[in-house]
Amino acid sequence: MSQFNLYEDEYHPSPWQQTWREFKRSPIAMAGIIVLAFFALIALLGPLIAPYDPNLQNTDTIMIPPSWDPSGTVRYLFGTDALGRDLFSRLIYGSQVTFGTSIMLVLIAMLVGVAIGVLAGMSDGVRASVINHLLDALMVIPTLLLAIIIVAILGTGLVNSMWAISLALIPHFVHHTRNTVRELMNKEYILAARLDGASRAHIFVYSLLPNMIEMLVVQGTIALSVAILDITALGFLNLGAQGSTIELGAVLADSLNVVYLAPWNIALPGLTIFVMVFAVNIVGDGLRAALNRRLRH
Amino acid sequence: MIRIFLRYLNLLVITLLVVVVFSFALAFMFPGDPVVNLTGLSSESNGSLPLNIDLNSGMLSAFWQYFLNILSGDWGYSLTTGSSLFSEIALTLPATIELSLYALIIAIVVGLPVGFIAGLKPQRSVDYTVLGTSAVMYSFPVFWVAMIFILVFSLNLGWLPLSGRANLLLNVQHVTGFILIDIMLADNLDRGQAFVDALKHSVLPTLSVALITTATIIRAVRRSTLEVMRKPYIIAAQSRGLSSRQIFFKHGMRNALLPILPIMAMQVTTLITNVMIVESLFSWPGIGNWLLQAIYQQDYPAIRAGMLAVAAAVIVLTIIIEVMNRLIDPSREKFERVTI
Repeated sequence: MSQFNLYEDEYHPSPWQQTWREFKRSPIAMAGIIVLAFFALIALLGPLIAPYDPNLQNTDTIMIPPSWDPSGTVRYLFGTDALGRDLFSRLIYGSQVTFGTSIMLVLIAMLVGVAIGVLAGMSDGVRASVINHLLDALMVIPTLLLAIIIVAILGTGLVNSMWAISLALIPHFVHHTRNTVRELMNKEYILAARLDGASRAHIFVYSLLPNMIEMLVVQGTIALSVAILDITALGFLNLGAQGSTIELGAVLADSLNVVYLAPWNIALPGLTIFVMVFAVNIVGDGLRAALNRRLRH
Repeated sequence: MIRIFLRYLNLLVITLLVVVVFSFALAFMFPGDPVVNLTGLSSESNGSLPLNIDLNSGMLSAFWQYFLNILSGDWGYSLTTGSSLFSEIALTLPATIELSLYALIIAIVVGLPVGFIAGLKPQRSVDYTVLGTSAVMYSFPVFWVAMIFILVFSLNLGWLPLSGRANLLLNVQHVTGFILIDIMLADNLDRGQAFVDALKHSVLPTLSVALITTATIIRAVRRSTLEVMRKPYIIAAQSRGLSSRQIFFKHGMRNALLPILPIMAMQVTTLITNVMIVESLFSWPGIGNWLLQAIYQQDYPAIRAGMLAVAAAVIVLTIIIEVMNRLIDPSREKFERVTI
């Protein structure tokens, strides 16, 4: 604080700064966020980094092992698959699709979920009960079943599998938002705002939302890991991304028939998914721990 | 108490009805002729109405007929195999439930003690080890784990069989649908050997599913133990001079277990999804494998019936857990969060 301070005020960091300070104290969580930033960078700059066209098939370079293998070459860092496509490029493009769509899915689910959750939480009586029952009914349908139904109606494709996953994610956001709103609506400061004549919208924007953001971020990281796992699972089962759309699960499924001859084609895409999900979970855990510590202080 | 049961029964019936209505509506949303989607039979085959469903007589009466058919077990016929969907589901659904049950048992047997240990010693090396391991387990894509297991234990080491539920040469009669019980009931084969064989077949699929479920339970138990051990009544017990053993077993453990059941109710859908994925990898003859085959072959009547069966199974399971939860923990707010 080199700034000139006229009144010698004590410096109070904002809640976000406090959380960030607590978060930084955990080296593991910081490692997680660096890995996530790396994936975000890949998602943004993927085509610039990838050395080859991910769909370029080269019959001269079929199933070359990764570069650390004695018979591998450094030209193909992670080796090639049964069609001679460069695995490294495919992983980069795959991460771009998987990570990018997952983030998009979570944002969509969060927007819709919070909107419905706030409606359900702030209203009571029949309307609330109808919303609750409908969503709870949606919550019991397993994601894979939802995906199968949607694929049966609309056909396969990345967008259709995204529909299924966001439908599966929305109820969780609604559920948590509804509970938080219910809890917050009993607080004195909400009562004060209501006595001041604030409208529902005003209460939501100025009193509820700032108190919900942290819950939403933590739930968002959980939803992100679920979204990544689901989207790759659907891609793996051929219900999601098809053909030229390169998605990590689909990349893995492409090499299923050469699993014995070229196991790196299974191991590396899976490892990429795992690292991605692991980083998201670590960051989520770190955030939650930081929030708990901050609230306890 | 009876009122609570009635309330849950009411909920169960209404939700199942909603699922039946949804499955009826699906037949119109799927491509193709709705009558074919509802029955698996084409109306022109012999001039008569397939399973008495006549869409010309109005939607409501058609639905009523469909509803009666569902109740009497006439779920229609598969487009690919031509056999009755109800009997096919009766064969496949128990296999799925069996696998889920094994995974759940392993998850509880391993998850509860480990979670307690981690929760009782927070911020120590034990806690960090458990937390780290569970975070790793929690992040595995289930299909990849299953692939790696197959690659290592079946293909490279040759310890465990690759696919299926039991050796194909074993002719196990279908009684309960649970292979281990069926083998114990069978009298036409060497039970001990068959039992070991079936057990060997179930190890890898169970472990692949259990890995993730166990991690979830460990984390849930750990967090709830942590929270409970900070409660005033624990401090009161400490100040009365009870040993830490007594405090944990008499006050801590029971209260820490309370929030676990609702979490398990919410995990049922994840568990079923994972089981369905693993089934398709291990050719486990369960409903997930069956449904995936149906979607690959565009067998719409089968998808409709399979959806009905899986949703009904999950709903029944969830409501059972909810009722248990309500019985164990009456202090919960009245009908607050009656899931489904």
